[in-house]
This record gives sequence, structure tokens and C-alpha cells, in this order.
Amino acid sequence: MLEIDNLNVWFGKHRDRVDAVKGASFVIGQGESFGLVGESGSGKSTILRAITGLAPLWSGRMIVEGQLLDHQRRKTFFKTVQMVFQDPYASLHPRHSVDQVLGETLHLHGFSDIDARVVKLLDDVGLGQKFRFRYPHQLSGGQRQRVAIARALAPEPHLLLLDEPTSALDVSVQAEILNLLADLRASRGLTYLMVSHDLSVVGHMCDRLAVMKDGEIVEVLTVDALRATKASHPYSQHLLEASL
Amino acid sequence: MAETQTLRQWLLTDTPSSRRHAKLSAIYQGWLSFRSNTMAMIGLWILILLVLVAFAAPLIAPHDPFVQSLGNRLAPLGTEGHVLGTDSLGRDILSRLIYGARITLYIVALVALIAPVAGLLVGTVAGYVGGWTDTVLMRITDIFLAFPRLVLALAFVAALGAGIENAVLAISLTAWPPYARIARAETLTIRSSDYISAIKLQGAGPLRIITKHIWPLCISSLIVRVTLDMAGIILAAAGLGFLGLGAQPPSPEWGAMISEGRRFILDHWWVATMPGLAIFTVSLAFNLLGDGLRDVLDPKAGE
Repeated sequence: MLEIDNLNVWFGKHRDRVDAVKGASFVIGQGESFGLVGESGSGKSTILRAITGLAPLWSGRMIVEGQLLDHQRRKTFFKTVQMVFQDPYASLHPRHSVDQVLGETLHLHGFSDIDARVVKLLDDVGLGQKFRFRYPHQLSGGQRQRVAIARALAPEPHLLLLDEPTSALDVSVQAEILNLLADLRASRGLTYLMVSHDLSVVGHMCDRLAVMKDGEIVEVLTVDALRATKASHPYSQHLLEASL
Repeated sequence: MAETQTLRQWLLTDTPSSRRHAKLSAIYQGWLSFRSNTMAMIGLWILILLVLVAFAAPLIAPHDPFVQSLGNRLAPLGTEGHVLGTDSLGRDILSRLIYGARITLYIVALVALIAPVAGLLVGTVAGYVGGWTDTVLMRITDIFLAFPRLVLALAFVAALGAGIENAVLAISLTAWPPYARIARAETLTIRSSDYISAIKLQGAGPLRIITKHIWPLCISSLIVRVTLDMAGIILAAAGLGFLGLGAQPPSPEWGAMISEGRRFILDHWWVATMPGLAIFTVSLAFNLLGDGLRDVLDPKAGE
């Protein structure tokens, strides 16, 4: 599904150059849910931005569904890969209603039955019709994140990149969103690449995970191994102890 | 229950039932918050009055603004038939003020159409595209900003010839750079936000992002800025008129009227003062309106 091989991502030029990701490699299988864990600034979100083309300076190999990615992303790519952002308060246009957000997305992907699809998407993320014409300031954080998830689902992608989708939400709402994501994955056969600094969230959502530190992947392990506290790298052990 | 709903409840609902409903509801809520600002309402009423006066000028003006009566020149305030007196050629000042409202509105409307649109285009393109485009466009803006406004307008009018259209053009050419600056600054903060990244991930091109996603957020702060600048624009037009480079006699432009009255200001003060008061009132009204609009439209202040 997704193959990342020796990925380097950096920002700035020459003396200002900052290497955010150094030599990252991992493989995600079809239908798998893969977690990226690490503290702030360890480069986990940057990997997602490099995959989607939002971080333009990178080297290495990225393969999505057998297609080698170059530096230019095509429309077909966005029909395969979509992303949900961390902060639902920043990821929705303040002057666009839910209907406009979803309608424009569907229009851009060339769907014709936009009205029916907007209705369906809102039902799928558990919002329902009464939210259709509201503006973001009339929604709570959890409701906004549901709209953002609906937007990501609109082009019917196969791979969903989740950038700490619950870290900006209340604990009770976090559980709702995580359950929604788990249900959607089961019903649509999605593949997830989920970034989080919360080991319990990753433990709940993912099959395997990679631990990142200072832009490098220090260890890839299964969630079962994580549960059995069998992490081998000292930093993963440290992270695990901190979250217990 | 839908039948018992009043119009007000329908407009204030949190659950709009259609696109039109949501739009009307947003507008009504903006109007409610605007209405609670007394000073802004005063400004709005003055401007509505100005528009009505300009439209109905032939009906309400007591005299023809161009008819001279040299026997009755420089009549004082409260003269029979000439409430605000007459000027040096015996023309009724009130009638000239009423017809002058048309010219003022004409100038304001034209400048408001040209300058912010030009500024918005230059600013958002520079801010969004960045790199060389940004550098070139912003240096051009800097060059225009470096000239004193009235001097640049004078140079344009001198080159193009005196007249009201050229004065408007000159004022517009000197008024757009600040709008470009504002639009660029707004664009820089907007373009790195998540909702722009999100629409990029749907494959939207730069044209769509600038016109549909960045413009709606820039326009509100530009509208506020334009209303606040209107006073300055009216004054610049009056200044050009005063210097004899804007509206030409016998056109009843307010600045030109002050200029004419200047010669008699010591003995016949009302000839220059009455158009001065008109300029002052309209400028003040625009400032009050702009202040109120800022409270309603500024996305950063609300929410």
C-alpha cells in the first residue's frame, strides 16, 4: 500500500537547512493501521506532509499503491491518499459552511451527484442533516473534526493519513472520534497511517507502530510487542515507561 | 412548530435548513451586532441621507446651482430664499451643496471601485505566489507608497489634465498601495493555514485558492479600511478641487467651493464654511461607519 524508503525531508537552504526527517523507511500493508509515535518535533507530522506534497523538499523513495511518487502530485493521487489535520479549529475555512466545504471537495474530484453525496457523507460521520448549512463557529471541536473526516473521505481514498486527529479535543470526544475512525476503517477497508504522541491511542487504533526520535525511526514494533513491553530500543522503553 | 416561528427566530436559528437560509441568518446576525453600535448607526443614517439628497437633488434644491444673480451676491445666512446665503456670483449655496453631494458620491464610488480591487489583486497574488513575483510587485508598491499622496495625485492630474475623472484616477492610483500591503499581509497568514493545505490536498489550483479561499477573508478587512479611508479620499478630492485641479468651475464640487470662498473668508465666512461643514460631516460619517463595520466584519475580533 505505502512504502517509504530512506526518506529525508528538510526545510530551508544551505546554512538555514534543518533536517526534519533522516533516512526513514517503513512499509504499510493493505488494510493495515500503522502508527508513528514520538515526541513533538521528532518529524512524524513532517513525514505525512512529505507524502501529501505539502513539504516539497525531500529525497528518497515513496511508493503508493505501486506508484512511485515524484515531486509533483496529481489529482489521481489525492483520490487515493487523504489527510485529516490535527487542529479542527484551523482546518476548516471560517467563512465556508459545511455544505460548501464538502460540496467544493466533491466538485474538485469531479463527482456529479454532489447533493446526495454530501448527505451520505454527513450520515457516515454521524453528523446528520441539521449540520449541513452550519458554519464552523456554530460547531464544537468534535463536530468540526467529523466534518474534516467527511472531507477527507469525500474522494473515497484508500489511504488516510491522520495527523494527531484527537489531540486538540476533550477526552470524551477523543474516544468518539477514535471509535468513528475505527468503524470507518472496518466498513470501508481503509489503510491508516496515524501520527500520535499518545501511546494509548496508538495501542487502541494500530496494528504496528514506528517510534521516532530526532527525525529518525529508532524502532518498528507490533502493538502486541508494545503491550508486552518488549520494546528493544532504550528510547522506546523510556517512552513506554513514561506512558504507564 | 414551523408555522408559529417568527421571522426573527427563523433568522436566528442555529440549524439553517438551506444555503439561502444560512446566508440570510449570517447577514442578520451581522446586522444585529452593527445595529447595537449607536455611533455607526448615526454614520449610516448620514450616508443614507447623503445618497437620498444626491438622487433627489433636482426636487429638493431650492434654486438652480448654476444661475448667477450678481445683484444678490454674498448674501448672509438666513436671507429670504437663500437659507445658507449666496456665493460671490450670487448662486444659492444650499443648492450647490445639494448638487455637490452627487459629485462627492461619484468620486467616492469610483475610487472605492478601483483602488481596493487593484490592491486586492496585487496583494493576494504577491502574498500567495511569493518569490520573485512578490519581490517585484511589492517594490512597485513601495515606489507608489514613497510619494506623498497629494503630490503624486497633482503630478497625475497635471499630466492628464484637470477634471473630475482624472482626479478620481489620480486618487485611485495613489490609494491602492496600502490595500495591497494589507491584502498581502493577510494572505501570508492565511496561506500557511491548515484549511488552505486541506483544499490543496483536494487538488485545487492557485486561481481557485486565491479567489475562493483567500479573497473572502481579505475582503472584510479591506471594506473596513476603505470606509475608514473614505474621509481621506473625500478630503483629497476636495484638496484637488481647492487647488483648481479637480472639478472645474462652475461645477459645485465642495472643495472647489471652499477655494472660491477663500477670497472672502474674513468678511463673508459662510461662503467657505458651509461646504467645509459638508465635507466634515460626510467624512465623519464614513469614519463612524467604518468603525462599526470593523466590529462586525473583522474575523479576528469575533468568534
